[in-house]
Amino acid sequence: MALRVTDLKVHYRTRRGEVKALDGVTFSVADGEIMGLAGESGSGKSTLGKSLIRLDSRMRHVGGTVELDGTVVPVTDKRRMNAFRFHKISIIPQYSMSALNPTRKIGRMVGELLASRGVRLETAELERRLELVGLSAEVLGRYPIELSGGMKQRVVMVVSTLLNPSLLIADEVTSALDVSTQKAVARTLLGLRDGGLVGSMIVVTHDISLVYQIADTIMVMYGGRLAEKAPADAVATSPRHPYTRALISSLPEAGVRHADKRLQGIPGSPPALLDPPPGCRFRDRCPLAFERCAEQPPFAEVAPDHFVACWKAM
Amino acid sequence: MAEDVLLRLDRVSKVYKVGAFGGRELAAVSDVGFEVRRGEVVSLIGESGSGKSTLARMILRLTSVSGGTITFDGTDVSTLGRSYYRQVQGVFQDPFSSFNPIFPADRVLTMIRDQFFPRAAGWSERVAAALEDVRLDPGQVLGKYPHQLSGGQLQRLLIARALLLDIRLLVADEITSMLDASTRIDVLNLLADLKARGLGVLFVTHDLSLGTYVSDRTVVLRQGRVVESGPTTQIFERPEHPYTRNLLASVPRLGAKWADEAAPTGLPDGTPVVTADGTGNATGNVATHVTEEKA
Repeated sequence: MALRVTDLKVHYRTRRGEVKALDGVTFSVADGEIMGLAGESGSGKSTLGKSLIRLDSRMRHVGGTVELDGTVVPVTDKRRMNAFRFHKISIIPQYSMSALNPTRKIGRMVGELLASRGVRLETAELERRLELVGLSAEVLGRYPIELSGGMKQRVVMVVSTLLNPSLLIADEVTSALDVSTQKAVARTLLGLRDGGLVGSMIVVTHDISLVYQIADTIMVMYGGRLAEKAPADAVATSPRHPYTRALISSLPEAGVRHADKRLQGIPGSPPALLDPPPGCRFRDRCPLAFERCAEQPPFAEVAPDHFVACWKAM
Repeated sequence: MAEDVLLRLDRVSKVYKVGAFGGRELAAVSDVGFEVRRGEVVSLIGESGSGKSTLARMILRLTSVSGGTITFDGTDVSTLGRSYYRQVQGVFQDPFSSFNPIFPADRVLTMIRDQFFPRAAGWSERVAAALEDVRLDPGQVLGKYPHQLSGGQLQRLLIARALLLDIRLLVADEITSMLDASTRIDVLNLLADLKARGLGVLFVTHDLSLGTYVSDRTVVLRQGRVVESGPTTQIFERPEHPYTRNLLASVPRLGAKWADEAAPTGLPDGTPVVTADGTGNATGNVATHVTEEKA
């Protein structure tokens, strides 16, 4: 088991109180597993991704542990986390296209980055990695402004994985890209895993159809909690959580026409996490809700590797 | 047929002056022509840099036209006065920046009254009717501030604002791309409802599956040029231009993995950049399906 997260709680400090963005999540990611982490805005998916690498000043660790390859990851200790960041756990940030220094050529920037970490890397190895993501060694002599969005995204992917991290978090890496570039970038992520550059991967996204293309498993979050985790095909074909079902049935798939089939959205809006109501967070929007939903359902295994937090799915 | 045409673009081009002192020219849109008819949703599909937003802005007269003509109801839009906006309105991508956070969100409706109907009787009934048309509950939105409403509610409020003007054409530029999946579909359904009321809708998007869901006809743009246009079903089932085929093959579908064809279906690595001489179109040919039905 590469990653094991147990009852992790991370809240945001605001003047009006604590926003319970991540409210007790327990899951694990196997070696070599690509896990898609899907959810809508405010579901806590990005908070989860960030918590595994760096808690910023607004984020407060309330409880829970993170274990990677059998070692406890000191998520609350900024100094000790340095030994993990980039080496063991790496992230491709959401706005990675602006993560490159505009005043440095790519090659020099990578060199400076490696030097700051006291790491040496053969140029040939760097070139091999660029080739793996479909870039020529030529990009090392270019400025970021000379590269397209998709190319910059792939440069950042190479930089993030230089030290072969055992866990890579890709935070919405495809959301700002065109469909054809999205496809290339998603395949690159797959290539990083298959090429042995990365152990396992968490791909945070709001686009469940996109992540389905590359993920082994998909985990769906809602209102700061886990709703469902299952092999990608099981989520696509036989989702068990009412939220996952409603979400999937609201997606207009290519070819579905309004005139033939009118799709429905999910009425209502997600709960405010400042003071969320007790019980299942999807209760108010759920077509299946009943009295027991006033009590939070456990995230239980209903079929092999298929976890659902819903009383009706058990 | 002809009187059904609301909006017609005829060989429309847009050239931006770029570089120091505007020394270089960049053709964002070249020779684009299509029509939007009454009671029809036309989707304008293109990737970034394809010129789709520039076209929307030209239609809304937010930017000037460099060449060609845009006519609305047979009249060149550049000759129409403010009355144009009584008939044509736009809704844009980011609902959160369309509202002034200091005022309640329904101020956009009040401003319509002050500008266009200062002495209108029964205004609140009209507001209630417009809100009902966009499936908003007046009690949930009136008097609320923008931050208290969801993106989907704000977008629908902007459509309600346009409906108060009795518009005939709505230009919807990427109106769903910042919305969550669960509310996106409601806004799309709304566009289809507008069509049933006889409005023309130009739906600008980069997402082919959203385009196919609502539209009757589709125009595919690449690097400022139309590469393919025709009835949506035809384009979707039998795309003729290789670019459209690639685009369709790249759309991720739940439950079906991307086909493992050998060649990368995406564009070559450079993002589509419109070349200075405007000859960005690699293939040059335009696939046009027969669009004129026999009456």
